[in-house]
Amino acid sequence: MADFLIPPGLALIAAGLLVPMVQGRARSVLLLAAPLLTLWLIWQVPDGVVLSFEFMGYVIAPVEGDALSRLFATIFAIMAFGGGLFSLNRDNPTELSAAFVYAGSAISVAFAGDLITVFVFWEIMAVGSTIVVWCGGGEARRAGLRYAAIHLLGGVLLMAGIAGEIGATGSTEFRAMQPDSIARWLILAGFLINAGAPPLSAWLPDAYPEASWSGMVFLGAFTTKTAVYVLLRGFPGTELLIYVGLYMVFYGIVYAILENDIRRLLAYAIVSQAGFMVSGIGIGSEIALNGAAAHAFVSIIYMAVLVMSAGSVLYMTGKRKCTELGGLFRTMPLTCVCAIVGALSISSFPLTAGFVAKSMIPQGAADENLMIVWILLAAASAGVLFHAGIKFPWFVFFQKDSGLRPDDPPWNMKAAMVLFAFFCIALGVYPELLYALLSSPVDYVPYTGAHVVFQLQLLLFSGLAFFLMLGWLKSTMTITLDFDWFYRGLGRALQREFQIKGSAAWAAFADRTYRAVVRFLETVYRHHGPQGVLARTWPTGSMAFWITLLLGAYLIAYYL
Amino acid sequence: MIAANLPALQVVLPLLGAVLCAFLQRGVWAWGIALVVSVAMPFVAAGLLIQVLDGGIISYAMGGWEPPIGIEYRIDVVNAFLLLLVSVIGAVIMPYAKRSVEKEIAPEHQPWFYAIYLLCLCGLLGIVITGDAFNVFVFMEVSSLATYALIAMGRDRRALLAAYQYLIMGTIGATFYVIGVGLLYSMTGTLNLADMANRLEGIENSRAVLAALAFLTVGISLKLALFPLHVWLPNAYTYAPSMATAFLAATATKVAVYLLLRYFFTVFGASIIFTRLPVAEIFLILSLAAMFGASIVAVFQDNVKRMLAYSSVAQIGYITLGIAIANKTGLTGGIVHLFNHALIKGALFMAIGAVFYQIGSVKLDDLAGLGKRMPITMGAFVMAGLSIIGVPGTVGFVSKWYLGLGAFEQGWWWLVFLLVASSLISVVYIGRIVEVVWFRPVSAAAKRAKEPPLSMLLPTLLLVAATVYFGFDTSLTAGIAERAAEWLLAGIR
Repeated sequence: MADFLIPPGLALIAAGLLVPMVQGRARSVLLLAAPLLTLWLIWQVPDGVVLSFEFMGYVIAPVEGDALSRLFATIFAIMAFGGGLFSLNRDNPTELSAAFVYAGSAISVAFAGDLITVFVFWEIMAVGSTIVVWCGGGEARRAGLRYAAIHLLGGVLLMAGIAGEIGATGSTEFRAMQPDSIARWLILAGFLINAGAPPLSAWLPDAYPEASWSGMVFLGAFTTKTAVYVLLRGFPGTELLIYVGLYMVFYGIVYAILENDIRRLLAYAIVSQAGFMVSGIGIGSEIALNGAAAHAFVSIIYMAVLVMSAGSVLYMTGKRKCTELGGLFRTMPLTCVCAIVGALSISSFPLTAGFVAKSMIPQGAADENLMIVWILLAAASAGVLFHAGIKFPWFVFFQKDSGLRPDDPPWNMKAAMVLFAFFCIALGVYPELLYALLSSPVDYVPYTGAHVVFQLQLLLFSGLAFFLMLGWLKSTMTITLDFDWFYRGLGRALQREFQIKGSAAWAAFADRTYRAVVRFLETVYRHHGPQGVLARTWPTGSMAFWITLLLGAYLIAYYL
Repeated sequence: MIAANLPALQVVLPLLGAVLCAFLQRGVWAWGIALVVSVAMPFVAAGLLIQVLDGGIISYAMGGWEPPIGIEYRIDVVNAFLLLLVSVIGAVIMPYAKRSVEKEIAPEHQPWFYAIYLLCLCGLLGIVITGDAFNVFVFMEVSSLATYALIAMGRDRRALLAAYQYLIMGTIGATFYVIGVGLLYSMTGTLNLADMANRLEGIENSRAVLAALAFLTVGISLKLALFPLHVWLPNAYTYAPSMATAFLAATATKVAVYLLLRYFFTVFGASIIFTRLPVAEIFLILSLAAMFGASIVAVFQDNVKRMLAYSSVAQIGYITLGIAIANKTGLTGGIVHLFNHALIKGALFMAIGAVFYQIGSVKLDDLAGLGKRMPITMGAFVMAGLSIIGVPGTVGFVSKWYLGLGAFEQGWWWLVFLLVASSLISVVYIGRIVEVVWFRPVSAAAKRAKEPPLSMLLPTLLLVAATVYFGFDTSLTAGIAERAAEWLLAGIR
């Protein structure tokens, strides 16, 4: 079998390219069958390098299998299936095509055995995801430009780092390293940009909410998780990552609590979830690394449920602000139930997928005697409940009656949500399914009395806190979280903080930069445009003059 | 017998062909002769390359006069590689030429056109093959005069001005070259390059020798269109007939780069050029200026041929950057880019020549929607464009990869950023064409366009296929370039 193996990622990319060429029922079949076929192919990949060839004297191994690769590839393929199902009624072949290419490249990165392959598919992912953002229409065009700029920057860093690494070691192999040379720092920086790490975290909540109701389902799953995968493979146990991760966790939580736009709230939640994984990678012990991988796996599932339910609400009502929504449980019961399952799962409620996976990272911190890290992670778990666990379903589906009476979305969107909500519960009840996929054997038992009680206490008390503070939260919420909020709520200091880091401020900053760039380009155009000094036809005399000048310059330079 | 006289055949065949063409009345016959000669050339060159790879340097005494008194044809890995490059481009372009020339050149001028083309080919091959400094000058004049005439045969009346300006500039360049050679001759008493290298030992710091180097550098820089001496190039490439542009863009500047390598590394020696003199620094600055300045100009051009011409100036910057990096990897990058860029630019100019053949215009606006009418041609154009950008899996990536590695070895990691940044500018100008060609509604000019005849399409596709093939299999290109770089840096002096 291994002799004529089809690289799974390429299969999905090929399917993506086919999407615009077929229509109607055939497209639906393609959207559902291609990810399943890919999933099957993924499970045909044995351990070790399966496919390799020489390129410029370097060994390129586009497909190298092991448990970790298969774990990520599996969830990516499942996600592509879920996304395809959810977007069956999305009539935009460009977006679907780009999304499948994007997903296929993510799978290819997961199987990449060498740095060059990583880079190539990394760039295809950037292109695919940018197109997905663009397909959001309206504000998405500019957001997409900002998104593309950040990812081009990440790509440049990565390319420079990879060239340096290969130049220094002579090997293209993608293996665990420590950031101990400029080249490796560059690689790490390139990876971290995609993970949503500081100081550039804001690209994520800036761009994702502007994508379409279906586009964000894909976006939320692949970029950050691929970054987690490459960090897991490339930089396990790099201590810096603990702090980077913790920063991301709290950055995401704080801004999600203060956010009014439900899709942006979820985008912040994605950053904070990625933060948990990054700090797990930084801890670097076996259980922490296992935990990071398991967390990535389940977080794709429950984030998908949450993003899909937010997408359904957007699709049915056209609204996405907490203040404009509320009371939807009456007419969208199924969406409401799925959102609650996702919310319980992200808050790691017992019997959900979050519970069996998310405690492994804090356990890793405890085993390594990283007291402060453990406390912070536990506190963060409470914070997650606060924004994603309760705030999201509460303000959308309960709270006041907004007067909106939308129906549940079309069948395929419902089916996708139900499927992923089912995964949340199934993995929570049968954690062995997940543990069997992990790369090292797990001797972690989630359902101990102490753990369940601890988690329930944490959840119930923060739940209590939520409702005690509801009045305050509401008062902040009734004001749309745009700039005016800052002037009233938290005073000048926090406002300044927001202007630096909030995604709204980021957008303003990026637009200012954009205008500066335009001004710069106008200057460039004056010199380089068709009538500019560098582009127009010179008189023959001045050509000769410059030759003489250059000759003089060379003579002086040589004589000195 | 033939194998021993291959070096002479390489130059004499095109010369004879040119004379024959000049006597013919009909364009088709002249084309036939030019085709036969051009197709024979790669076989000669390949024979020479094989001999060199097996047995080392070939020294051929022209007319039986022994060097250093007589003219020596001296072939090593570097110029054998160049000979192959030039003659392959010539051979690929000839089938393409027939229809393109029929369209663009008046029938009574066609035999002359082919005669001049063969003279140009002869001159370029001669520059590369000879080991005699003055003989280089003679061939340089042969090729240059032929080039001026080729450019002047363009249909646009501005072609005359372009040819005139190139004539002035080229003559100044050639004069500088001959002044440099004269100074070297007065110091060493020889015109044989290898002999000159030996006799320069000990006197390389004298004023006269340094002045000679300055004259040679500027003279040759003019020929290779190194920024800021590139100003003749955009007009020349824009207004020349399509076939001439494709041929010149792929070969002429490359031959000049070869000449520069020859003087820098073989005659003067890497140690003087790079340790004693600030050549690397000057070339670094000029190369970067070319990579950025010319690329940005290319972004704003509305005439696609002119855009590609500026892109050529920028790409020459990459080649000279390899010289400036001056370690084995960087120089390999420069030499391999010389080869790769010849393929890419040949393909791009041939594709755009096919567009001109069909719609009679190369204005960007007239190309709107052409992707729907000429999908194969424009697809080929985009593939070659990806190579210019340096997308992995194309030759452009191979060149930039070696340049980047070389920069890293030198500890210049900031240069790697600049390499990638300048590639991003090429994304913009290629992207602009892609957007117009594929995503705009079909323009009035493009309405009735269809794919060009196979004789034009196939050579273009062949070059495009080569840009992809050599992007994966680098053993031939990068392998030989590496040997050449090693050989140049070792310095035979």
